[in-house]
Amino acid sequence: MYLSNGLIKGMLGLYNIKVQLNAFLKEIGELTYFTVRFFREVFKRPFEFKELLRQCYNMGNRSLFLVGITGFIIGLVLTLQTRPTLLEFGAVSWMPSMVGISIVREIGPIITALVCAGRIGSGIGAELGSMRVTEQIEAMEVSGTNPFKYLVVTRVLAVTLMLPLLVIVGDAIALLGSYLVENVKGNVSFMLYLNQVFNALEFGDIIPATIKTFFFGLAIGLVGCFKGYYCKNGTAGVGIAANSAVVFSSLLLFIIDFIAVFVTDIFYDL
Amino acid sequence: MMADHNISNNNIVLEVKNLYKRFGDNRVLNGFNLKLYQGENLVVMGKSGSGKSVMIKCLVGLMEADSGSISVMHHDITKLNQQALDVLRADIGFLFQGSALYDSMTVRENLEFPLRRHSRKNKAKLDTETQVVAALESVGLAHAIDLMPAELSGGMKRRVALARTLILQPKIILYDEPTSGLDPITAKEIIILMQDVQKKYKTSSLIITHDVDCARVISDRILLLIDGVDYAVGTYKALSTSEDPKIKAFFKQ
Repeated sequence: MYLSNGLIKGMLGLYNIKVQLNAFLKEIGELTYFTVRFFREVFKRPFEFKELLRQCYNMGNRSLFLVGITGFIIGLVLTLQTRPTLLEFGAVSWMPSMVGISIVREIGPIITALVCAGRIGSGIGAELGSMRVTEQIEAMEVSGTNPFKYLVVTRVLAVTLMLPLLVIVGDAIALLGSYLVENVKGNVSFMLYLNQVFNALEFGDIIPATIKTFFFGLAIGLVGCFKGYYCKNGTAGVGIAANSAVVFSSLLLFIIDFIAVFVTDIFYDL
Repeated sequence: MMADHNISNNNIVLEVKNLYKRFGDNRVLNGFNLKLYQGENLVVMGKSGSGKSVMIKCLVGLMEADSGSISVMHHDITKLNQQALDVLRADIGFLFQGSALYDSMTVRENLEFPLRRHSRKNKAKLDTETQVVAALESVGLAHAIDLMPAELSGGMKRRVALARTLILQPKIILYDEPTSGLDPITAKEIIILMQDVQKKYKTSSLIITHDVDCARVISDRILLLIDGVDYAVGTYKALSTSEDPKIKAFFKQ
C-alpha cells in the first residue's frame, strides 16, 4: 500500500507523542510510589535528627543570601514598575497595601520556591545522583543503614520545614525593598508604610500562603531526591538528574500554586 | 594458605546454588554456583561484563537474583526480611570497586558510620574513637583521620575503604576489583594489605578481579565465571596449566 511522506511523518509524530506520554506517565507513577514510600518511612525509627538538622542548616542558611537578594530586588522592581500607574489614577497611597498583598499572597512564595528549586532541588539531585553513580548509596545499604531514610527522608523534611521560613524572610526583605523606593520617591515613613501593609493583610492572606509553601518545599525535596536517587548512566546522568530536578519541580510548583489559589478561592466564596 | 582440612561442608561460610539473573534478553548469570570455605581466599575471575559485579551484589542483597539460593553463614539471604538482612550484613564486609567513600564526610566519619548502625554488636567493645583509630592503623593511615576523601589518593581511598569494611570485624569480606585503577606498586601494596588483614582478622574472602597477578598471589582457589556459569574451579597452578582454550585465555597475558 502506498503511503505519502506526509502521512508517514504524521504517524511518526503521533508515535513519538505516545512514547513521550508513556514515559511521562511512568515517571509520574514512579514519583507517586516514591512519595508514598517517603510518608511510610518518615514515621519509622530510627529518626535521623542529626542529619535532619545538618540538612536544615545547609538548605536554610545557605539559601538565605540568594533568597534575600531576590526578595529585595523583587520588592524594588515591583514598586518602581507599579508606581507610575498608581500615580496616574491618584492611588499611590494604595502602594504599600498592593505590594504587601501581592508579595505575601503570591510573588514571595512562588519566587522564593523557584529560587530554592534552582538552588536546593538541583543540589539534591546532583548530590544523590553522584552518590548513586559512585556506589555510595550501595555502601550505605551494605553497612546496614537504610539510605532512603538517611538521605531522602531527611532532605525532603529539611526543605519542607525550611522553605516556609525562607519565604517569610524573603517577604520581609521584599517589603523592605519596596519601602526604600516609597521612602525615596514619596517620603513615606517606615511606620506608616508598615501600618498600611499590615492593615491591608488578613489571616486569609497569610495562612493559605504559608500552608502552600510547605507543599512547595515537599515538591522540591521529593523531585530532587527522586531524580538523584534513581540516577542512571554515570556522570552524564548526574547532570541530567540535577537539570530535570529543577525543570520538573518548577513545573510542579506552578501546578501546586494553581491548586492552592483555586482551593483558597473556594473558601473565600463560602 | 588455607589448610586442606578446612575444605569440608561444615566449613562453608557462603554458598551459591543455581543463581540466575537476566537484564531483558541478556542472561548474565545462568545457573551459577559457588562455595566459600572458612578462612579461604577465593578469587572469581571473568571477562569484563561477565556478571562478576552482578553476582557479588546479589550476595549482599544489593541486587535481587531471578532465582537460586544464596546462603551466607547458613542463612538464605533471599528469604530474609530487611531487618534480619541488615543484622547479617554486619558480618559481611564489602569493598567497592571505586572505594565508595562518603564524599561529604571525613575519614573519621566514614569509619564511624557503620558503627552507628551496629552499636549492639559492639556494645561491650572498645569505644568508637579507639575502634576507628585501630582500623586506620591496620591499613597504615592513622594520620589521615581528619582528611576528606577528596584529599586522598586512589590507593589511600582504597585503604580507607578497607578500614571501613574492617571496623565491624566481618567474618567474610567481598572485594570488588580491589586493584583496578591503581598503579602496579599501589596494587601490590593493596594485595599485601589484604593478606595481612586475612591473617589478622581470620576472615574468608571472595575477591573479584581480572588481575592475574593479584589472583596468583592471594588465591587459595580460583573460580572462572564464563557464560554466566562457574566454568572451572581450582588452584592457580591447576588452572594456569590447563589445556582448555577458554581457561588458557585467562592466563596467557
